[in-house]
Amino acid sequence: MSAERITDIESAAQGHARLAARGITVGYGGRAVIDNLDVTIPSGLITTIIGPNGCGKSTLLRTLTRLLKPAKGAVVLDGEDIAGLRTRDVAKKLGLLPQAPVAPEGLTVADLVAKGRHPHQSWLRQWSSDDAGVVERALAMTGVSDLAGRPVDSLSGGQRQRVWISMALAQGTDLLLLDEPTTYLDLAHAIDVLDLVDDLHEAGRTVVMVLHDLNLATRYSDNLIVMRAGSILAQGHPRDVITAELLDEAFGLRATVIDDPVGDRPLIVPIGRTHARLGQVPGRKLQVRLG
Amino acid sequence: MSGTDVKRSVAPGVRLGQVSFVWRPWLVSVTLLLAAATFLVFCLSIGVGDFPIGLSRVIATILGGGERVDEFVIMDLRMPRALAGLIVGVALGVSGALTQSIARNPLASPDILGITGGAGAVAVFLVTVSGGTAAAVVSAVGLSAAALAGGLGTGLLVYFLAWRRGIDGFRLILIGISVSAVMEAITTWLLATADIKDVARAQAWLVGSLEGRSWGDVRVALWCTLVLLVVVSCVAFQFKPMHLGDEVAAGLGVRYSMVRAVLLLCAVLLAAVAVSAAGPVPFVALVAPQAAMRLARCPTPPMAASGLVGALLLTGADLVARTALPVTLPVGVVTAAIGGPFLVYLLVRANLR
Repeated sequence: MSAERITDIESAAQGHARLAARGITVGYGGRAVIDNLDVTIPSGLITTIIGPNGCGKSTLLRTLTRLLKPAKGAVVLDGEDIAGLRTRDVAKKLGLLPQAPVAPEGLTVADLVAKGRHPHQSWLRQWSSDDAGVVERALAMTGVSDLAGRPVDSLSGGQRQRVWISMALAQGTDLLLLDEPTTYLDLAHAIDVLDLVDDLHEAGRTVVMVLHDLNLATRYSDNLIVMRAGSILAQGHPRDVITAELLDEAFGLRATVIDDPVGDRPLIVPIGRTHARLGQVPGRKLQVRLG
Repeated sequence: MSGTDVKRSVAPGVRLGQVSFVWRPWLVSVTLLLAAATFLVFCLSIGVGDFPIGLSRVIATILGGGERVDEFVIMDLRMPRALAGLIVGVALGVSGALTQSIARNPLASPDILGITGGAGAVAVFLVTVSGGTAAAVVSAVGLSAAALAGGLGTGLLVYFLAWRRGIDGFRLILIGISVSAVMEAITTWLLATADIKDVARAQAWLVGSLEGRSWGDVRVALWCTLVLLVVVSCVAFQFKPMHLGDEVAAGLGVRYSMVRAVLLLCAVLLAAVAVSAAGPVPFVALVAPQAAMRLARCPTPPMAASGLVGALLLTGADLVARTALPVTLPVGVVTAAIGGPFLVYLLVRANLR
């Protein structure tokens, strides 16, 4: 790990972190999904939570956005317990995109993105020229300006996801939490959406997301949180975190980790039970399949 | 695409001093046209009767400049009935728009929240069961008030049964349908075992009618509706993001459980007011929001336009019931005759898509 990167993450973790969870226990109906977990979200980075199905990664993200209330512990936003803040004030600081949201049939892109201004509006001040400006910039930044007049339900999955991210952008927050932003997208559209997330990060935002695809998570994150069974197994830069041992421990996945031929991150090559060349795979037992 | 095209898609704002809102010319025009049409039908309806009064004289009298005779006929005799139609229509239209928005389902209406069924069952019970207590209740509070209590009770029962860490649209609809079915079964059983004279009275109430409304009936309904509409318009702003789902709304800073609880309660109360004023007039609450959405070209039911369509539909149906048909029919028959086919049209259209 380079010295520069260590200071980056550590200074973020210690001084400038805006969002953190302190000893949270979260569950549904008595069953604890997350038990006494601490985590700090470094500011200005893309943090991705990964882990096997049911490990509590979405639960953690939803707790960080106060969609779920922890039974014990607290989520701290800018030094204050998020449970004690007004919902509206939280929405001015923290943008949230749930998994696979659905817009009413016929709602136009511009009207959907305009909903992102809601936390900044009131009964008397429902719309202003500032709002219009922010919405136009959000549309432009996500590359959906020319779709502005179209109904959201007429768009492709990838375009639709851009539009939803545009709405979260119009909210004007520095913190963006995205729950599986690439769900139901093919690889090309997933890359497209993650490039967009990268642009938002370059523009100075802190992004936290949940991703299923480990290689996409590795490629696009500065900080990985690896979860298993409701607790954090490892956290750090993908280069330091992603190892064959960790993948086995977290996912029970046999894989080999190589250098990404096009990037500076590791690349995970899963092995599986068949199709791998014998001898190529460290630790693979020779299986005799005769008669 | 150029910047001007983007600007056109992002709705412009209007500013009046401290107040600013989105400028949607089409929605505003449709709403104003609906208001004008409703007023026109309202005045026509007042003019019709054994002593016909021309439209201009009706309008002059309403505005306070009519003759003594007209004033007596209009303000004392006909106004309560016409106003009752207007209030019931608005209440049902807004109640339907709220229910459909909360359930995120175009087929939801206060009819399936148990209000109508509960009110009907109580009313029929009081009419058909001859006996000291029932008669005493009716003479003490009146049939409408007793039915109102029944509707309200059933509506709240559905509400609490549907409550499970918040209100879920599908659960609400399923429980509402189940409870309504029980209420309808009770009603049918009561009618089947009752004396034939009582059945006729009960039927007349069940169809929904504006006959014989007095200023006393109307005043209560008017004030209740106005108070509820004020509450709805205050909370409606917070409700807007909830069309995108609970989690998105929460992310946008809306306390969705509370907003939904308040608005659903308003929907139940509005429907109950309507039922107590005119009986269970069918289909208005279902049809009005859907028609308003299509007229105003909105993706979600617009509140004001839904109320106006409801008022127009009810007032118009009452006018048709009294004039165009050979026999005078209760208004509920006509709204059902219009509402039924429209529901079928909605379903067929959804199938074809």
